[in-house]
Amino acid sequence: MWQKIKTHISESQVWKSVIRHGYPDTRRNRTLVVLSNFFLHLHPTKVPSHSLKLSYTWCMGGLTFFLFLVETLTGVLLMFYYRPVGEYAYNDILALREHVPLGIMREIHRWGAHAMVITVWLHMLRVFLTGSYKPPREFNWGIGVVLLTLTLLLSFTGYLLPWDQLAIWAITVGSNMARATPFVGHEGPGAKLLNPGMLGLEDVPLIHATDDARFVLLGGPFVGEATLLRFYVLHCVFIPLAAATLMAVHFWRVRKDGGISTPTDDFSQKAL
Amino acid sequence: MESVRHLIDWLASPIRFLPLVCVIFFLALRGYRTITRPRVALAILLGAIIFYVLSLLDHNFRHIVAKPDNVPITIMLFLSGFCTYLALRQAAINDERMERGLAPLEKEGSETIFVWPDLVYIEFLAAVLVGILLTIWSIELKAPLEQPASPFRAPNPSKAPWYFLGLQEMLVYFDPWLAGVVFPTLIITGLMSIPYMDMNPRGTGYYSFKQRRMAITLYLFGFLFLWVTLITLGTFFRGPNWNFFGPYEYWDVHKVQPLVNINLSEIIYIKILGTGLPSNWFLREIWGLLFIAFYVFGLPPLLAKTALKNFAAKMGFIRYNVFMLHFLMMMLLPIKMICRWLFNLKYFVAVTEFFFNI
Ligand code: HEM
Repeated sequence: MWQKIKTHISESQVWKSVIRHGYPDTRRNRTLVVLSNFFLHLHPTKVPSHSLKLSYTWCMGGLTFFLFLVETLTGVLLMFYYRPVGEYAYNDILALREHVPLGIMREIHRWGAHAMVITVWLHMLRVFLTGSYKPPREFNWGIGVVLLTLTLLLSFTGYLLPWDQLAIWAITVGSNMARATPFVGHEGPGAKLLNPGMLGLEDVPLIHATDDARFVLLGGPFVGEATLLRFYVLHCVFIPLAAATLMAVHFWRVRKDGGISTPTDDFSQKAL
Repeated sequence: MESVRHLIDWLASPIRFLPLVCVIFFLALRGYRTITRPRVALAILLGAIIFYVLSLLDHNFRHIVAKPDNVPITIMLFLSGFCTYLALRQAAINDERMERGLAPLEKEGSETIFVWPDLVYIEFLAAVLVGILLTIWSIELKAPLEQPASPFRAPNPSKAPWYFLGLQEMLVYFDPWLAGVVFPTLIITGLMSIPYMDMNPRGTGYYSFKQRRMAITLYLFGFLFLWVTLITLGTFFRGPNWNFFGPYEYWDVHKVQPLVNINLSEIIYIKILGTGLPSNWFLREIWGLLFIAFYVFGLPPLLAKTALKNFAAKMGFIRYNVFMLHFLMMMLLPIKMICRWLFNLKYFVAVTEFFFNI
């Protein structure tokens, strides 16, 4: 009876269209499942056994990606309840804390973000210490550095959103530096040189507190509501899209560069 | 107990803490084979845990370390230590193997195996495990929420998010245009150019220290000392007005630290020559400008002719100069620290008129 139902289901058109290869326990099926499944297809079908050892990659790249997925998921849930407007922002966060029994979405999102910063650093450490940036992987290391920057920026823009004292002042301190950008910050070296007065023309300072690099970053001369909206859009749309795109390129490059690095040196007596 | 606490507070002051960490760092790298022996490493780990747990008994220590946003830093410190251990341990084993004429362990495990189920299974387990840890962390520790944002009441100290505290700590030694703009840019360009500057063909795909001494020393110095250690200092030891506080010290807003720092121009014209500062800024700053110009533009070609002759020849002109630019900029921080501690130096160059202070 049971057997009959089972065959019936597993012979059905629906089943066969979704589970295309049966349980992957033969060599053929194991290869096919990885090749024909979009997500598994990120992998090659076979990898060198040493690269599976936890002690080699520490799983750090994969965990960074996993945390990115966790952040995306919890972030979307938080977006349902949070409005990036000075009037509402703080109260929305407060409401999440007070009205949701056992609510931990905000916690998972926040600690996941901190954890992701840590795993990116450690991933980078492991890539460096295994010499995995050497040819042919130079370019992927470069993409990695951009991903590192994006991860930090994601975390930084998100830090403002609770709109409490911790948030506003951390972002104020963090963005104060932009005032001092050479030439384009109003307290930066050289900013005073950008003045037609230097050419003997009329004396008009071109760079001042209301049009310099910091102003562009914050949408105002200090961290205010415009900054909140700006950081929200960057945090929820622009940077995640950029990061996701680059991650796709990153994984593609890992495959194209021959997979996880393996020892290629000559270890014969003479070479050593 | 009290005297131990005072001793640690005393040791934690930047002028002692940073050189101490630096010395320990280089000693540890030298003796990487010894300190990564499982027993030694375990003893170090236990020591760290005991120190940490005992310290938690102290009210002031607990107050800072247990701040929700500071918890990740503790995790980061232990994980960085553990990962460095893991890497150096395998390096020690491989280096020893290669001395005996064997290939590194990674080479041994190079037969290929199927991704399904072996890799997929590990990825799945890792995700589940971290998912569980993250959930526990989130249940145990509430995300912080302070008073509503007010642009008029600045907390003291105001701190950037923890991962930027190394940069904020640099503000003690450099103006924002360097610490906040130029150095971060150079960190990014420097990291990106690593693969093009490291000409050593050996060392891909396995842990080794012996074959890549210089590269690994530089990288770990940057990461563990200039980045992680400064974050630690900035988070745990910097209180109101960015004054230094030992780990067991109360963060007193009224602690005053005398401002005794003076510029290079003052050291030269007032202390040494005794003539008073020239009124022309160019004349006043000429010594500092000369020093910086020599450091940035003079030193690389000089070294290429002398001490680094072979290195420069091997690297070629562009590669050598890109490397030297980043290397010298990186070393500017420790150099400035030392000058600060020894001579109370504030700026090498102080053209405050143009916000051009170095
Ligand atoms: C959002 C950030 C990142 C994600 C999600 C990510 C993900 C990954 C994954 C899953 C791998 C496969 C191997 C492994 O797990 O170690 C990998 C490999 C690699 N990653 Fe990343 N990575 C990120 C950031 C970085 C950074 C910051 C760097 C370096 C600056 C970097 C450089 C590399 C290189 C060179 C490889 C190839 C390693 C090899 O062949 O052994 N990645 N990355």
